[in-house]
Amino acid sequence: MTPNLHLWLIPLLPLVGAAINGLFGKRFSRQTVSAIALGFSGAALVMALWIAAQFSSLTLPRVESLATWIRAGDFQVDFAFYLDQLSLVMLLVVTGVGLLIHIYSVGYMWEEGGFYRFFSYLNLFMFFMLTLVLASNYLLMFIGWEGVGLASYLLIGFWFTKDSAASAGKKAFIVNRIGDFGFLIALFLMIKHFGSLNFEQVFRIVSGLPAETAGAGLLTAIGLLLMVGAAGKSAQLPLYVWLPDAMEGPTPVSALIHAATMVTAGVYMVARSHVVFDRAPQALMVVAIVGTLTALFAATIGVCQTDIKKVLAYSTISQLGYMFIGCGVAAYSAGIFHLMTHAFFKGLLFLAAGSVIHAEGGEQDMRRMGGLRHHIPWTFWTMTAATFAIAGFPPFAGFFSKDAILWKAYLNGSWVYWAIGVFTAFLTSFYMFRLWFLTFFGEYRGEAAASEHVHLASRAGAPAPHEHGHGGIHESPTVMLIPLVILAGLSICGGWVGSERFDKFLSPALHSGVTAYSAEQEAASTPASEPREHGASEGLLTSISILAAVSGLFLAWLLYQRRPQLPQEIAHALGSFYEAVVHKYYVDEIYAAVFVKPLIDGSTRVLWHGIDRDVIDATLDNSAEGAREVSDAMRHMQSGNLRSYAGWIAAGAAVVIAYMIWLGTR
Amino acid sequence: MVPLSYYLVLSGILFACGVTGFLIKRNIITIFMSIELMLNGVNLSFVAFAAQWHALSGQIFVFFVMVVAAAESAVGLAIIIAVYRTRETLNVDRINLLKL
Repeated sequence: MTPNLHLWLIPLLPLVGAAINGLFGKRFSRQTVSAIALGFSGAALVMALWIAAQFSSLTLPRVESLATWIRAGDFQVDFAFYLDQLSLVMLLVVTGVGLLIHIYSVGYMWEEGGFYRFFSYLNLFMFFMLTLVLASNYLLMFIGWEGVGLASYLLIGFWFTKDSAASAGKKAFIVNRIGDFGFLIALFLMIKHFGSLNFEQVFRIVSGLPAETAGAGLLTAIGLLLMVGAAGKSAQLPLYVWLPDAMEGPTPVSALIHAATMVTAGVYMVARSHVVFDRAPQALMVVAIVGTLTALFAATIGVCQTDIKKVLAYSTISQLGYMFIGCGVAAYSAGIFHLMTHAFFKGLLFLAAGSVIHAEGGEQDMRRMGGLRHHIPWTFWTMTAATFAIAGFPPFAGFFSKDAILWKAYLNGSWVYWAIGVFTAFLTSFYMFRLWFLTFFGEYRGEAAASEHVHLASRAGAPAPHEHGHGGIHESPTVMLIPLVILAGLSICGGWVGSERFDKFLSPALHSGVTAYSAEQEAASTPASEPREHGASEGLLTSISILAAVSGLFLAWLLYQRRPQLPQEIAHALGSFYEAVVHKYYVDEIYAAVFVKPLIDGSTRVLWHGIDRDVIDATLDNSAEGAREVSDAMRHMQSGNLRSYAGWIAAGAAVVIAYMIWLGTR
Repeated sequence: MVPLSYYLVLSGILFACGVTGFLIKRNIITIFMSIELMLNGVNLSFVAFAAQWHALSGQIFVFFVMVVAAAESAVGLAIIIAVYRTRETLNVDRINLLKL
């Protein structure tokens, strides 16, 4: 019997921090608020590390039940936590990156109003995210799933006085609801057919079912519905539209929620449900196709964005697409591996972008940056590490994970996934180096003084007495640089563990006996001569993807460094296609015309004017009016005149007597 | 023997007289007397039934009604005096406000 690990403490610690800051934070000084927020999320990290330290001695998977939550007949849901290799990886990523971003936020948000509110939300997010990754049943996972959505909504709309931020929050919430709807139906199907939502029971029952290779059945339906949920949360086609708008939130939020952790919840969920997906090849194929298309689609949009955070947002969508390619070809460990490295380098990219924005006093348009590398060297060098990592240069972290996904896509899936993946890698490299060159090289194109810009602080409505003053471009304070440096280290070294070893570590959690591609894999691995042949082709594929990364770098250098007038000419040459890409393929406009406008018009005409105003309100108004009119008429009976009262009594008595007589003679 | 219907018709006439007086008279004292007339009309029907069916309960009821009527007239006359003192009139049509 292994000792109790008190897994429930890990999510609960940040909740305590959120409660303290949320309830009493208004009276605390900024130092106290940050100490509480950092203390509790740090404690969660310490617990996660403590568990990781004794991980090898544990029997896995391990379920710790805290209390019974729902019991109805045979159906039971517990507050129970589930620990295996997969949740450990997620646990470490969430607490580790989460703490670093907490530290960074102290510096970034120092001048902002609502400091305590921000940290309360941030801790609340940690609570829900940790609940999500540690839950031992789908319902508890769903609580975390919804909770991170709530935290995301609160933080996107953090500057709620700004209209665009408030509506971006709403958009994120509503689009996520569409995905959650699919997730919920999947849960209902599980309850109906399996009678349980516990991972262990569901997976045991599913393991006994045959793979649905011939036709689509129950497992395919569940898989597709789960994928709908994942597409909402992880911003995949066609539900990705909320993520770019979510950049209205403060930059640390973009880093933590909309790049490193929350948006990867969908990938985690698909990997966690691998038992279902393994037996539903069609659902798995949908996952792979959605991932591939999203990766390509978002990357092309990213090429033309000029807002530094929007580029990173589309890049995030594209990278999430990669993770889904990984999951979609049943290479879950590769997807999770990319999730982990992506958390490092994309978190870093956002934080560094935040540092750039901070340095420029709130400027986010890359066309007004340039030549910043001498002014903010720390930011420059850390961002360089992250850029090389995401572009897939060896030996940076992104190279290993992206290569693992592309290799598995080629091996298990089809060469189409691989080809699109490599092309996307080229685009990724191009737009990231475009960002890098535009921001850090060339001549400074912004205003000399930042005074005309919208300051971070004045955005929140507070006067901005900044310590260093906003007179010029300046490096961020140390408290913001420390997380940058740590994450830069992780972005460089994070992939060195290697996808093989990572796969081996995760295999107990991600192995289900049957895989959708078991036939191909067997053919690939049994004969002695095969591996070598594959080894050769793996080497070839790797060289091609490195080539893609290098050519992306070269093209970006050519267009934005060597011949800065070329992009304009190319844009002219491409004409309407370029216009479409700049306008993000008009997806927002199409959604507005096809879904939003009919919905608003229908609600206005039918539900509001038709039903609410003309039926519900009218019924109430008319009955009130009727009561008033009747009373107005009856009022004259009560005159105060004694004899008229007597008359009414006599008349009433006469009526009663007449009725009696009528009854008697009938 | 006088048939029951005679008594009942007389009782009805008395009651109707009482009601009519109650409705058309304006003087409180007269109204008060009309009430007594109605009570006695009812009493008459009670005793008539009691005699017809040889049941004592009708007679006892009449005693009750008389006692209540006596108490009522005592209280009622007191109220009438009080009203007269404050309003200086006994016309019910002019006593139509609860406050002065």
